[in-house]
Amino acid sequence: MTGTQLKPAVDTETEFQPRLSLRRKVGAVFGVLTVVAMAIGLLTLGALIVDVVRDGWSVLSWDFILNFPSRRASAAGIRSALVGTIYMMVLTAVIAFPLGVSAAVYLEEFAPKNRLTSFIELNISNLAAVPSIVYGLLGLGIFVRTFALGRSLIAGALTLSLLILPIIIIAGREALRAVPPSIREAGYALGASRWQTVRMFVLPVAMPGILTGTILALSRAIGETAPLITIGALTYVAFTPGSLFDPFTVMPIQIYNWISRPQPAFHQLAAGGIIILLAVLLTFNAVAILLRARLQRQIRD
Amino acid sequence: MSDPLVSVTVRQREPEQRLAEREAVAASMAVERLSAFYGSFQALADITFPIHPAAVTAVIGPSGCGKSTFIRCLNRLHELAPGARISGRVLLDGVDIYDPAIDPARVRQLIGMVFQKPNPFPHLSIYDNVLAGIRLHHSRIPKPQADDIVERSLRAAALWDEVKDKLGAPGSSLSGGQQQRLCIARALAIEPEVLLMDEPTSALDPIATYHIEELIAELKRRYTIVIVTHNMQQAARIADYVAFLLAGEERTGRLIEFDTAEQIFTNPKRRETEEYITGKIG
Repeated sequence: MTGTQLKPAVDTETEFQPRLSLRRKVGAVFGVLTVVAMAIGLLTLGALIVDVVRDGWSVLSWDFILNFPSRRASAAGIRSALVGTIYMMVLTAVIAFPLGVSAAVYLEEFAPKNRLTSFIELNISNLAAVPSIVYGLLGLGIFVRTFALGRSLIAGALTLSLLILPIIIIAGREALRAVPPSIREAGYALGASRWQTVRMFVLPVAMPGILTGTILALSRAIGETAPLITIGALTYVAFTPGSLFDPFTVMPIQIYNWISRPQPAFHQLAAGGIIILLAVLLTFNAVAILLRARLQRQIRD
Repeated sequence: MSDPLVSVTVRQREPEQRLAEREAVAASMAVERLSAFYGSFQALADITFPIHPAAVTAVIGPSGCGKSTFIRCLNRLHELAPGARISGRVLLDGVDIYDPAIDPARVRQLIGMVFQKPNPFPHLSIYDNVLAGIRLHHSRIPKPQADDIVERSLRAAALWDEVKDKLGAPGSSLSGGQQQRLCIARALAIEPEVLLMDEPTSALDPIATYHIEELIAELKRRYTIVIVTHNMQQAARIADYVAFLLAGEERTGRLIEFDTAEQIFTNPKRRETEEYITGKIG
Protein backbone atom coordinates (compact mmCIF):
# COMPACT_ATOMS: atom_id res chain seq x y z
CA MET A 1 0.00 0.00 0.00
CA THR A 2 1.24 3.37 -0.89
CA GLY A 3 0.55 6.67 0.80
CA THR A 4 -2.29 7.62 -1.51
CA GLN A 5 -5.83 6.85 -0.44
CA LEU A 6 -7.10 3.59 -1.91
CA LYS A 7 -10.24 4.25 -3.89
CA PRO A 8 -12.98 1.71 -3.17
CA ALA A 9 -14.52 0.02 -6.20
CA VAL A 10 -17.97 1.03 -4.98
CA ASP A 11 -18.99 3.85 -2.74
CA THR A 12 -19.16 2.09 0.61
CA GLU A 13 -21.44 4.68 2.16
CA THR A 14 -24.35 3.95 -0.17
CA GLU A 15 -23.64 0.60 -1.85
CA PHE A 16 -22.43 -1.62 0.95
CA GLN A 17 -25.07 -2.43 3.53
CA PRO A 18 -24.35 -5.46 5.61
CA ARG A 19 -28.09 -6.07 6.24
CA LEU A 20 -27.15 -8.21 9.19
CA SER A 21 -30.64 -8.52 10.67
CA LEU A 22 -32.08 -9.73 7.36
CA ARG A 23 -29.32 -12.31 7.01
CA ARG A 24 -29.94 -13.52 10.54
CA LYS A 25 -33.67 -13.88 9.79
CA VAL A 26 -33.01 -15.83 6.60
CA GLY A 27 -30.69 -18.09 8.56
CA ALA A 28 -33.31 -18.70 11.24
CA VAL A 29 -36.03 -19.46 8.69
CA PHE A 30 -33.76 -21.93 6.94
CA GLY A 31 -32.93 -23.60 10.24
CA VAL A 32 -36.64 -24.07 11.01
CA LEU A 33 -37.24 -25.49 7.51
CA THR A 34 -34.57 -28.15 7.98
CA VAL A 35 -36.03 -29.16 11.35
CA VAL A 36 -39.48 -29.46 9.75
CA ALA A 37 -38.04 -31.59 6.95
CA MET A 38 -36.40 -33.89 9.44
CA ALA A 39 -39.51 -34.04 11.62
CA ILE A 40 -41.68 -35.19 8.70
CA GLY A 41 -39.42 -38.17 8.12
CA LEU A 42 -39.06 -38.95 11.80
CA LEU A 43 -42.77 -38.61 12.63
CA THR A 44 -43.76 -40.87 9.74
CA LEU A 45 -41.34 -43.51 10.92
CA GLY A 46 -42.51 -43.05 14.51
CA ALA A 47 -46.17 -43.42 13.53
CA LEU A 48 -45.38 -46.60 11.60
CA ILE A 49 -43.48 -48.11 14.49
CA VAL A 50 -46.18 -47.23 17.03
CA ASP A 51 -48.86 -48.73 14.78
CA VAL A 52 -46.90 -51.91 14.16
CA VAL A 53 -45.93 -52.39 17.78
CA ARG A 54 -49.54 -51.89 18.92
CA ASP A 55 -50.73 -54.58 16.53
CA GLY A 56 -47.88 -56.99 16.88
CA TRP A 57 -46.64 -56.75 20.44
CA SER A 58 -49.10 -59.36 21.70
CA VAL A 59 -47.82 -62.07 19.34
CA LEU A 60 -44.14 -61.57 20.15
CA SER A 61 -42.84 -64.55 22.09
CA TRP A 62 -40.17 -67.21 21.79
CA ASP A 63 -42.80 -69.43 20.28
CA PHE A 64 -43.40 -66.92 17.53
CA ILE A 65 -39.69 -66.78 16.73
CA LEU A 66 -39.06 -70.52 17.00
CA ASN A 67 -42.21 -71.95 15.37
CA PHE A 68 -42.62 -72.69 11.71
CA PRO A 69 -45.57 -71.12 9.87
CA SER A 70 -48.89 -72.83 10.36
CA ARG A 71 -52.43 -72.74 9.09
CA ARG A 72 -53.51 -72.00 12.64
CA ALA A 73 -52.59 -68.45 13.56
CA SER A 74 -52.09 -69.34 17.23
CA ALA A 75 -49.34 -71.85 16.36
CA ALA A 76 -47.69 -69.92 13.51
CA GLY A 77 -44.15 -68.61 13.83
CA ILE A 78 -41.52 -66.92 11.72
CA ARG A 79 -38.61 -69.32 12.20
CA SER A 80 -38.07 -70.38 8.58
CA ALA A 81 -38.36 -66.80 7.31
CA LEU A 82 -36.04 -65.41 9.99
CA VAL A 83 -33.39 -68.02 9.30
CA GLY A 84 -33.88 -67.52 5.56
CA THR A 85 -33.39 -63.78 5.88
CA ILE A 86 -30.23 -64.14 7.96
CA TYR A 87 -28.75 -66.67 5.51
CA MET A 88 -29.78 -64.46 2.61
CA MET A 89 -28.15 -61.35 4.09
CA VAL A 90 -24.88 -63.06 4.95
CA LEU A 91 -24.67 -64.72 1.53
CA THR A 92 -25.55 -61.52 -0.29
CA ALA A 93 -22.95 -59.56 1.68
CA VAL A 94 -20.30 -62.22 1.04
CA ILE A 95 -21.01 -62.19 -2.71
CA ALA A 96 -21.74 -58.51 -3.35
CA PHE A 97 -19.17 -56.82 -1.10
CA PRO A 98 -15.95 -58.20 -2.65
CA LEU A 99 -17.38 -57.95 -6.17
CA GLY A 100 -18.58 -54.38 -5.68
CA VAL A 101 -15.40 -53.18 -4.02
CA SER A 102 -13.24 -54.80 -6.69
CA ALA A 103 -15.29 -53.22 -9.46
CA ALA A 104 -15.06 -49.83 -7.74
CA VAL A 105 -11.29 -50.20 -7.33
CA TYR A 106 -10.89 -51.12 -10.97
CA LEU A 107 -13.02 -48.24 -12.25
CA GLU A 108 -11.48 -45.66 -9.93
CA GLU A 109 -7.83 -46.72 -9.73
CA PHE A 110 -6.97 -48.80 -12.78
CA ALA A 111 -9.37 -48.20 -15.66
CA PRO A 112 -8.25 -45.74 -18.31
CA LYS A 113 -10.49 -42.69 -18.54
CA ASN A 114 -12.07 -43.07 -21.97
CA ARG A 115 -15.47 -43.33 -23.64
CA LEU A 116 -15.87 -46.99 -22.80
CA THR A 117 -15.36 -46.42 -19.07
CA SER A 118 -17.66 -43.40 -18.98
CA PHE A 119 -20.26 -45.51 -20.79
CA ILE A 120 -19.85 -48.21 -18.14
CA GLU A 121 -20.15 -45.60 -15.38
CA LEU A 122 -23.35 -44.20 -16.85
CA ASN A 123 -24.82 -47.68 -17.05
CA ILE A 124 -23.94 -48.54 -13.47
CA SER A 125 -25.77 -45.42 -12.32
CA ASN A 126 -28.74 -46.48 -14.44
CA LEU A 127 -28.69 -49.99 -13.02
CA ALA A 128 -29.06 -48.58 -9.52
CA ALA A 129 -32.44 -47.19 -10.58
CA VAL A 130 -33.80 -50.32 -12.30
CA PRO A 131 -36.92 -51.72 -10.52
CA SER A 132 -36.08 -54.73 -8.40
CA ILE A 133 -38.60 -56.99 -10.16
CA VAL A 134 -36.49 -56.70 -13.31
CA TYR A 135 -33.60 -58.18 -11.36
CA GLY A 136 -35.97 -60.92 -10.27
CA LEU A 137 -36.72 -61.75 -13.92
CA LEU A 138 -33.00 -61.68 -14.69
CA GLY A 139 -32.29 -64.01 -11.76
CA LEU A 140 -35.07 -66.32 -12.88
CA GLY A 141 -33.62 -66.52 -16.37
CA ILE A 142 -29.96 -66.83 -15.44
CA PHE A 143 -29.61 -68.43 -12.03
CA VAL A 144 -32.81 -70.48 -11.67
CA ARG A 145 -33.08 -71.74 -15.25
CA THR A 146 -29.76 -71.42 -17.15
CA PHE A 147 -27.53 -72.36 -14.21
CA ALA A 148 -30.25 -74.73 -12.98
CA LEU A 149 -29.90 -73.57 -9.39
CA GLY A 150 -33.65 -73.89 -8.93
CA ARG A 151 -35.63 -71.91 -6.38
CA SER A 152 -32.67 -72.06 -4.02
CA LEU A 153 -31.10 -69.87 -1.40
CA ILE A 154 -28.05 -69.34 -3.58
CA ALA A 155 -30.15 -68.26 -6.57
CA GLY A 156 -31.88 -65.70 -4.33
CA ALA A 157 -28.61 -64.43 -2.89
CA LEU A 158 -27.07 -64.07 -6.35
CA THR A 159 -30.14 -62.16 -7.53
CA LEU A 160 -30.06 -59.80 -4.56
CA SER A 161 -26.30 -59.37 -5.06
CA LEU A 162 -26.91 -58.19 -8.62
CA LEU A 163 -29.54 -55.82 -7.27
CA ILE A 164 -27.23 -54.11 -4.78
CA LEU A 165 -23.97 -54.29 -6.74
CA PRO A 166 -24.52 -50.92 -8.46
CA ILE A 167 -25.14 -49.24 -5.10
CA ILE A 168 -21.96 -50.70 -3.60
CA ILE A 169 -19.94 -49.80 -6.69
CA ILE A 170 -21.16 -46.19 -6.71
CA ALA A 171 -20.56 -45.75 -2.97
CA GLY A 172 -17.17 -47.43 -3.27
CA ARG A 173 -16.07 -45.14 -6.05
CA GLU A 174 -17.16 -42.06 -4.12
CA ALA A 175 -15.20 -43.26 -1.09
CA LEU A 176 -12.08 -43.98 -3.17
CA ARG A 177 -12.32 -40.63 -4.88
CA ALA A 178 -12.44 -38.94 -1.48
CA VAL A 179 -9.00 -40.32 -0.54
CA PRO A 180 -6.61 -37.40 -1.01
CA PRO A 181 -4.08 -37.77 -3.85
CA SER A 182 -1.32 -37.05 -1.33
CA ILE A 183 -1.91 -40.53 0.17
CA ARG A 184 -1.34 -42.16 -3.21
CA GLU A 185 1.77 -40.05 -3.80
CA ALA A 186 3.15 -41.01 -0.41
CA GLY A 187 2.73 -44.65 -1.37
CA TYR A 188 4.36 -44.31 -4.77
CA ALA A 189 7.21 -42.27 -3.31
CA LEU A 190 8.04 -45.18 -0.99
CA GLY A 191 8.43 -47.46 -3.99
CA ALA A 192 4.98 -49.04 -3.85
CA SER A 193 3.47 -50.50 -6.99
CA ARG A 194 0.04 -49.36 -8.05
CA TRP A 195 -1.60 -52.40 -6.54
CA GLN A 196 0.35 -52.03 -3.28
CA THR A 197 -0.63 -48.37 -3.09
CA VAL A 198 -4.29 -49.26 -3.51
CA ARG A 199 -4.31 -52.22 -1.15
CA MET A 200 -2.15 -50.88 1.65
CA PHE A 201 -2.88 -47.17 1.65
CA VAL A 202 -5.93 -46.17 -0.40
CA LEU A 203 -8.44 -48.94 0.38
CA PRO A 204 -8.01 -48.80 4.17
CA VAL A 205 -8.60 -45.05 4.15
CA ALA A 206 -11.68 -45.45 1.93
CA MET A 207 -13.09 -48.41 3.87
CA PRO A 208 -15.43 -46.48 6.24
CA GLY A 209 -17.12 -44.84 3.26
CA ILE A 210 -17.36 -48.13 1.40
CA LEU A 211 -18.95 -49.74 4.47
CA THR A 212 -21.53 -46.95 4.71
CA GLY A 213 -22.60 -47.68 1.14
CA THR A 214 -22.70 -51.39 1.83
CA ILE A 215 -24.89 -50.88 4.91
CA LEU A 216 -27.37 -48.90 2.83
CA ALA A 217 -27.31 -51.49 0.06
CA LEU A 218 -27.86 -54.43 2.40
CA SER A 219 -30.67 -52.58 4.16
CA ARG A 220 -32.35 -52.33 0.82
CA ALA A 221 -31.80 -56.01 0.07
CA ILE A 222 -33.24 -57.17 3.41
CA GLY A 223 -36.62 -55.64 2.60
CA GLU A 224 -36.90 -56.91 -0.96
CA THR A 225 -39.87 -59.13 -1.79
CA ALA A 226 -40.56 -58.82 -5.49
CA PRO A 227 -37.37 -60.28 -6.98
CA LEU A 228 -37.41 -63.23 -4.59
CA ILE A 229 -41.05 -64.03 -5.36
CA THR A 230 -40.16 -63.81 -9.04
CA ILE A 231 -37.40 -66.38 -8.75
CA GLY A 232 -39.78 -68.63 -6.85
CA ALA A 233 -39.14 -68.23 -3.14
CA LEU A 234 -41.81 -70.18 -1.28
CA THR A 235 -44.44 -68.59 0.88
CA TYR A 236 -44.99 -71.60 3.09
CA VAL A 237 -41.82 -73.27 4.33
CA ALA A 238 -41.93 -75.59 7.29
CA PHE A 239 -38.18 -76.20 7.49
CA THR A 240 -34.98 -74.18 7.55
CA PRO A 241 -32.67 -74.48 4.54
CA GLY A 242 -29.95 -77.03 5.16
CA SER A 243 -27.78 -76.16 2.17
CA LEU A 244 -27.29 -73.42 -0.38
CA PHE A 245 -29.47 -75.29 -2.83
CA ASP A 246 -32.54 -75.67 -0.64
CA PRO A 247 -35.75 -73.71 -1.13
CA PHE A 248 -36.25 -70.83 1.25
CA THR A 249 -38.42 -67.97 2.28
CA VAL A 250 -37.59 -64.61 3.78
CA MET A 251 -39.38 -62.36 6.24
CA PRO A 252 -40.85 -59.81 3.81
CA ILE A 253 -42.47 -62.64 1.87
CA GLN A 254 -43.84 -64.24 5.04
CA ILE A 255 -45.21 -60.89 6.15
CA TYR A 256 -46.77 -60.33 2.75
CA ASN A 257 -48.34 -63.76 2.92
CA TRP A 258 -49.84 -63.18 6.35
CA ILE A 259 -51.14 -59.73 5.51
CA SER A 260 -52.95 -61.01 2.45
CA ARG A 261 -54.99 -63.48 4.51
CA PRO A 262 -58.47 -62.47 5.63
CA GLN A 263 -58.23 -63.48 9.32
CA PRO A 264 -57.25 -60.61 11.67
CA ALA A 265 -55.10 -62.99 13.74
CA PHE A 266 -52.70 -63.29 10.79
CA HIS A 267 -52.53 -59.50 10.50
CA GLN A 268 -51.22 -59.45 14.06
CA LEU A 269 -48.64 -62.05 13.07
CA ALA A 270 -47.61 -59.83 10.17
CA ALA A 271 -47.08 -56.93 12.56
CA GLY A 272 -45.02 -59.17 14.81
CA GLY A 273 -42.97 -60.21 11.78
CA ILE A 274 -42.33 -56.57 10.91
CA ILE A 275 -41.01 -55.95 14.42
CA ILE A 276 -38.63 -58.91 14.09
CA LEU A 277 -37.57 -57.75 10.62
CA LEU A 278 -36.78 -54.27 11.97
CA ALA A 279 -34.82 -55.82 14.83
CA VAL A 280 -32.75 -57.93 12.43
CA LEU A 281 -32.13 -54.92 10.19
CA LEU A 282 -31.01 -52.82 13.15
CA THR A 283 -28.71 -55.60 14.36
CA PHE A 284 -27.07 -55.94 10.95
CA ASN A 285 -26.60 -52.21 10.67
CA ALA A 286 -25.30 -51.92 14.21
CA VAL A 287 -22.60 -54.50 13.51
CA ALA A 288 -21.58 -52.71 10.31
CA ILE A 289 -21.61 -49.32 12.01
CA LEU A 290 -19.49 -50.60 14.90
CA LEU A 291 -17.02 -51.97 12.37
CA ARG A 292 -16.95 -48.63 10.59
CA ALA A 293 -16.51 -46.71 13.83
CA ARG A 294 -13.52 -48.83 14.72
CA LEU A 295 -11.93 -48.13 11.34
CA GLN A 296 -12.71 -44.45 11.62
CA ARG A 297 -11.17 -44.15 15.04
CA GLN A 298 -7.93 -45.24 13.43
CA ILE A 299 -8.31 -42.71 10.64
CA ARG A 300 -9.46 -39.71 12.68
CA ASP A 301 -7.76 -36.57 11.55
CA MET B 1 34.12 -43.95 -13.58
CA SER B 2 36.14 -41.27 -15.30
CA ASP B 3 38.20 -43.91 -17.10
CA PRO B 4 36.45 -44.32 -20.46
CA LEU B 5 37.24 -48.05 -20.66
CA VAL B 6 35.66 -48.69 -17.30
CA SER B 7 32.56 -46.77 -18.18
CA VAL B 8 32.18 -48.75 -21.40
CA THR B 9 32.20 -52.04 -19.54
CA VAL B 10 29.92 -50.65 -16.89
CA ARG B 11 27.42 -49.43 -19.45
CA GLN B 12 27.01 -52.88 -20.93
CA ARG B 13 25.84 -54.40 -17.66
CA GLU B 14 22.22 -54.47 -16.66
CA PRO B 15 21.27 -51.09 -15.26
CA GLU B 16 19.37 -52.62 -12.32
CA GLN B 17 22.44 -54.57 -11.37
CA ARG B 18 24.64 -51.52 -11.65
CA LEU B 19 22.25 -49.65 -9.39
CA ALA B 20 22.49 -52.41 -6.83
CA GLU B 21 26.28 -52.66 -6.93
CA ARG B 22 27.08 -49.04 -6.25
CA GLU B 23 28.80 -48.24 -3.01
CA ALA B 24 26.30 -47.36 -0.35
CA VAL B 25 27.43 -43.83 0.27
CA ALA B 26 25.65 -40.61 -0.55
CA ALA B 27 24.94 -40.69 -4.25
CA SER B 28 25.46 -37.99 -6.80
CA MET B 29 22.92 -37.18 -9.43
CA ALA B 30 23.05 -35.31 -12.68
CA VAL B 31 20.30 -33.84 -14.79
CA GLU B 32 21.04 -33.73 -18.50
CA ARG B 33 18.91 -31.76 -20.97
CA LEU B 34 15.77 -32.55 -19.01
CA SER B 35 12.47 -31.42 -20.50
CA ALA B 36 9.09 -32.28 -18.98
CA PHE B 37 5.66 -32.22 -20.55
CA TYR B 38 2.02 -32.53 -19.52
CA GLY B 39 0.40 -33.54 -22.78
CA SER B 40 1.30 -30.81 -25.23
CA PHE B 41 2.25 -28.34 -22.50
CA GLN B 42 5.98 -28.10 -21.86
CA ALA B 43 6.65 -27.43 -18.18
CA LEU B 44 10.45 -27.63 -18.26
CA ALA B 45 12.96 -27.11 -21.04
CA ASP B 46 16.47 -28.35 -21.39
CA ILE B 47 17.63 -28.35 -17.79
CA THR B 48 21.18 -29.47 -17.07
CA PHE B 49 23.03 -29.29 -13.78
CA PRO B 50 24.80 -31.63 -11.36
CA ILE B 51 23.53 -32.63 -7.93
CA HIS B 52 26.49 -33.08 -5.64
CA PRO B 53 26.67 -35.88 -3.07
CA ALA B 54 26.19 -35.21 0.63
CA ALA B 55 25.16 -31.62 0.00
CA VAL B 56 21.96 -29.63 -0.15
CA THR B 57 20.92 -28.42 -3.58
CA ALA B 58 18.09 -25.91 -3.46
CA VAL B 59 15.82 -25.31 -6.43
CA ILE B 60 14.36 -21.81 -6.28
CA GLY B 61 12.17 -19.72 -8.50
CA PRO B 62 8.81 -17.95 -8.56
CA SER B 63 5.49 -19.80 -8.53
CA GLY B 64 4.78 -21.68 -11.74
CA CYS B 65 8.41 -21.95 -12.83
CA GLY B 66 8.27 -25.75 -12.76
CA LYS B 67 10.17 -26.35 -9.49
CA SER B 68 7.77 -29.03 -8.31
CA THR B 69 7.62 -30.67 -11.73
CA PHE B 70 11.40 -30.69 -11.73
CA ILE B 71 11.79 -32.43 -8.39
CA ARG B 72 9.09 -34.94 -9.35
CA CYS B 73 11.16 -35.87 -12.40
CA LEU B 74 14.02 -36.88 -10.09
CA ASN B 75 12.13 -39.86 -8.64
CA ARG B 76 9.85 -40.51 -11.61
CA LEU B 77 6.70 -39.31 -9.85
CA HIS B 78 6.07 -36.90 -12.71
CA GLU B 79 5.18 -39.71 -15.09
CA LEU B 80 2.19 -40.72 -12.93
CA ALA B 81 0.24 -37.65 -14.03
CA PRO B 82 -1.96 -38.30 -17.07
CA GLY B 83 -0.16 -37.43 -20.30
CA ALA B 84 3.10 -36.65 -18.52
CA ARG B 85 6.43 -37.49 -20.14
CA ILE B 86 10.01 -36.29 -20.17
CA SER B 87 12.98 -36.16 -22.45
CA GLY B 88 16.63 -36.03 -21.47
CA ARG B 89 18.41 -38.00 -18.78
CA VAL B 90 18.50 -38.11 -15.01
CA LEU B 91 21.53 -39.97 -13.69
CA LEU B 92 21.96 -41.56 -10.28
CA ASP B 93 25.66 -42.35 -9.87
CA GLY B 94 25.94 -42.50 -13.64
CA VAL B 95 22.91 -44.75 -14.20
CA ASP B 96 19.98 -43.27 -16.11
CA ILE B 97 16.94 -43.74 -13.89
CA TYR B 98 14.75 -43.49 -17.00
CA ASP B 99 16.44 -46.49 -18.60
CA PRO B 100 13.59 -48.77 -19.79
CA ALA B 101 15.17 -51.67 -17.91
CA ILE B 102 14.72 -49.90 -14.60
CA ASP B 103 11.61 -50.29 -12.47
CA PRO B 104 10.39 -46.88 -11.28
CA ALA B 105 9.52 -48.42 -7.90
CA ARG B 106 13.22 -49.24 -7.45
CA VAL B 107 14.14 -45.65 -8.28
CA ARG B 108 11.69 -44.29 -5.73
CA GLN B 109 13.11 -46.59 -3.10
CA LEU B 110 16.59 -45.16 -3.64
CA ILE B 111 15.39 -41.58 -3.98
CA GLY B 112 13.06 -40.75 -1.11
CA MET B 113 10.64 -37.85 -1.10
CA VAL B 114 9.01 -35.53 1.40
CA PHE B 115 6.03 -33.49 0.26
CA GLN B 116 4.80 -29.98 0.76
CA LYS B 117 1.91 -30.99 2.98
CA PRO B 118 2.73 -33.63 5.60
CA ASN B 119 1.00 -36.82 4.44
CA PRO B 120 1.33 -39.55 7.05
CA PHE B 121 -0.94 -42.51 6.37
CA PRO B 122 -4.03 -41.70 8.48
CA HIS B 123 -4.95 -45.33 9.12
CA LEU B 124 -1.53 -46.29 10.48
CA SER B 125 0.12 -45.69 13.83
CA ILE B 126 3.37 -43.73 14.12
CA TYR B 127 5.19 -47.06 14.33
CA ASP B 128 3.52 -48.49 11.24
CA ASN B 129 3.94 -45.26 9.29
CA VAL B 130 7.70 -45.54 9.69
CA LEU B 131 7.63 -49.18 8.60
CA ALA B 132 5.23 -48.65 5.67
CA GLY B 133 8.01 -48.56 3.07
CA ILE B 134 9.83 -51.57 4.52
CA ARG B 135 6.64 -53.62 4.58
CA LEU B 136 6.17 -53.07 0.85
CA HIS B 137 9.24 -55.17 0.27
CA HIS B 138 9.34 -57.49 3.27
CA SER B 139 5.88 -58.38 4.47
CA ARG B 140 7.18 -60.06 7.62
CA ILE B 141 10.03 -58.60 9.57
CA PRO B 142 10.94 -59.82 13.05
CA LYS B 143 9.76 -57.52 15.83
CA PRO B 144 13.23 -56.68 17.23
CA GLN B 145 14.45 -55.70 13.79
CA ALA B 146 11.31 -53.63 13.17
CA ASP B 147 11.70 -51.90 16.54
CA ASP B 148 15.27 -51.11 15.64
CA ILE B 149 14.37 -49.61 12.26
CA VAL B 150 11.62 -47.50 13.82
CA GLU B 151 13.88 -46.13 16.53
CA ARG B 152 16.77 -45.47 14.15
CA SER B 153 14.54 -43.70 11.60
CA LEU B 154 12.73 -41.61 14.19
CA ARG B 155 16.04 -40.62 15.79
CA ALA B 156 17.43 -39.67 12.39
CA ALA B 157 14.35 -37.50 11.87
CA ALA B 158 14.79 -35.94 15.35
CA LEU B 159 11.36 -37.14 16.42
CA TRP B 160 12.16 -40.10 18.67
CA ASP B 161 12.14 -38.28 22.00
CA GLU B 162 8.77 -36.72 21.31
CA VAL B 163 6.95 -39.90 20.24
CA LYS B 164 8.77 -42.81 21.87
CA ASP B 165 6.00 -43.22 24.47
CA LYS B 166 3.14 -43.17 21.98
CA LEU B 167 4.32 -45.14 18.99
CA GLY B 168 0.88 -46.76 18.75
CA ALA B 169 -0.91 -43.42 18.34
CA PRO B 170 -2.16 -42.53 14.86
CA GLY B 171 0.33 -40.58 12.76
CA SER B 172 -2.32 -37.95 12.16
CA SER B 173 -2.49 -37.16 15.90
CA LEU B 174 0.86 -35.33 15.75
CA SER B 175 1.33 -31.62 15.13
CA GLY B 176 2.10 -30.44 11.60
CA GLY B 177 5.83 -30.18 12.19
CA GLN B 178 5.95 -33.56 13.90
CA GLN B 179 3.96 -35.08 11.03
CA GLN B 180 6.48 -33.72 8.57
CA ARG B 181 9.35 -35.21 10.57
CA LEU B 182 7.39 -38.49 10.68
CA CYS B 183 7.26 -38.34 6.88
CA ILE B 184 11.01 -37.78 6.83
CA ALA B 185 11.48 -40.78 9.14
CA ARG B 186 9.24 -42.82 6.85
CA ALA B 187 11.38 -41.84 3.87
CA LEU B 188 14.64 -42.58 5.72
CA ALA B 189 13.47 -46.00 6.95
CA ILE B 190 13.98 -47.57 3.54
CA GLU B 191 17.55 -46.20 3.45
CA PRO B 192 17.45 -44.02 0.37
CA GLU B 193 20.56 -42.35 -0.96
CA VAL B 194 18.91 -39.16 -2.07
CA LEU B 195 16.18 -37.24 -0.27
CA LEU B 196 13.91 -34.96 -2.28
CA MET B 197 11.95 -32.30 -0.42
CA ASP B 198 9.21 -30.36 -2.15
CA GLU B 199 8.70 -27.19 -0.08
CA PRO B 200 8.77 -29.24 3.11
CA THR B 201 8.20 -26.30 5.43
CA SER B 202 5.69 -24.19 3.53
CA ALA B 203 2.80 -25.63 5.57
CA LEU B 204 4.63 -25.26 8.90
CA ASP B 205 5.02 -22.55 11.51
CA PRO B 206 8.43 -20.90 12.08
CA ILE B 207 9.43 -23.11 15.01
CA ALA B 208 8.62 -26.30 13.14
CA THR B 209 10.43 -24.88 10.11
CA TYR B 210 13.48 -24.25 12.26
CA HIS B 211 13.44 -27.88 13.45
CA ILE B 212 13.22 -29.18 9.90
CA GLU B 213 16.06 -26.94 8.73
CA GLU B 214 18.26 -28.12 11.59
CA LEU B 215 17.41 -31.66 10.60
CA ILE B 216 18.34 -31.01 6.96
CA ALA B 217 21.73 -29.69 8.03
CA GLU B 218 22.24 -32.91 9.99
CA LEU B 219 20.95 -35.22 7.26
CA LYS B 220 23.18 -33.83 4.53
CA ARG B 221 26.18 -35.52 6.09
CA ARG B 222 24.78 -38.84 4.97
CA TYR B 223 22.27 -38.03 2.28
CA THR B 224 22.21 -36.10 -0.93
CA ILE B 225 19.38 -33.62 -0.57
CA VAL B 226 17.43 -31.70 -3.18
CA ILE B 227 14.98 -29.18 -1.77
CA VAL B 228 12.47 -27.02 -3.57
CA THR B 229 11.70 -23.80 -1.77
CA HIS B 230 10.06 -20.50 -2.57
CA ASN B 231 11.67 -19.02 0.49
CA MET B 232 14.93 -17.28 -0.40
CA GLN B 233 16.06 -16.95 3.19
CA GLN B 234 15.60 -20.66 3.64
CA ALA B 235 17.68 -21.41 0.56
CA ALA B 236 20.38 -19.08 1.83
CA ARG B 237 20.36 -20.75 5.26
CA ILE B 238 20.54 -24.38 4.22
CA ALA B 239 21.72 -24.76 0.63
CA ASP B 240 25.20 -25.54 -0.64
CA TYR B 241 24.17 -25.25 -4.27
CA VAL B 242 21.31 -23.34 -5.82
CA ALA B 243 19.52 -23.79 -9.12
CA PHE B 244 17.35 -20.88 -10.18
CA LEU B 245 14.47 -21.67 -12.52
CA LEU B 246 12.33 -19.12 -14.28
CA ALA B 247 9.42 -19.45 -16.70
CA GLY B 248 8.73 -16.96 -19.47
CA GLU B 249 5.45 -16.03 -21.12
CA GLU B 250 4.91 -19.55 -22.42
CA ARG B 251 5.19 -20.82 -18.79
CA THR B 252 8.00 -23.24 -19.61
CA GLY B 253 10.59 -23.34 -16.83
CA ARG B 254 14.24 -22.94 -17.77
CA LEU B 255 17.41 -23.03 -15.74
CA ILE B 256 18.71 -19.48 -15.44
CA GLU B 257 21.65 -20.12 -13.20
CA PHE B 258 23.27 -22.90 -11.22
CA ASP B 259 26.09 -22.24 -8.79
CA THR B 260 27.15 -22.52 -5.20
CA ALA B 261 24.79 -20.85 -2.79
CA GLU B 262 27.44 -18.31 -1.94
CA GLN B 263 27.87 -17.25 -5.56
CA ILE B 264 24.14 -17.09 -6.22
CA PHE B 265 23.36 -14.99 -3.19
CA THR B 266 26.40 -12.71 -3.20
CA ASN B 267 27.47 -12.52 -6.79
CA PRO B 268 24.86 -13.79 -9.26
CA LYS B 269 25.97 -13.78 -12.86
CA ARG B 270 22.58 -13.31 -14.43
CA ARG B 271 20.46 -10.21 -14.13
CA GLU B 272 17.26 -12.28 -13.63
CA THR B 273 18.81 -14.10 -10.66
CA GLU B 274 19.75 -10.85 -9.03
CA GLU B 275 16.31 -9.40 -9.60
CA TYR B 276 14.67 -12.48 -8.12
CA ILE B 277 16.79 -12.74 -5.01
CA THR B 278 16.43 -9.05 -4.33
CA GLY B 279 12.66 -9.36 -4.67
CA LYS B 280 12.22 -7.39 -7.89
CA ILE B 281 10.54 -10.26 -9.74
CA GLY B 282 8.50 -13.24 -8.69
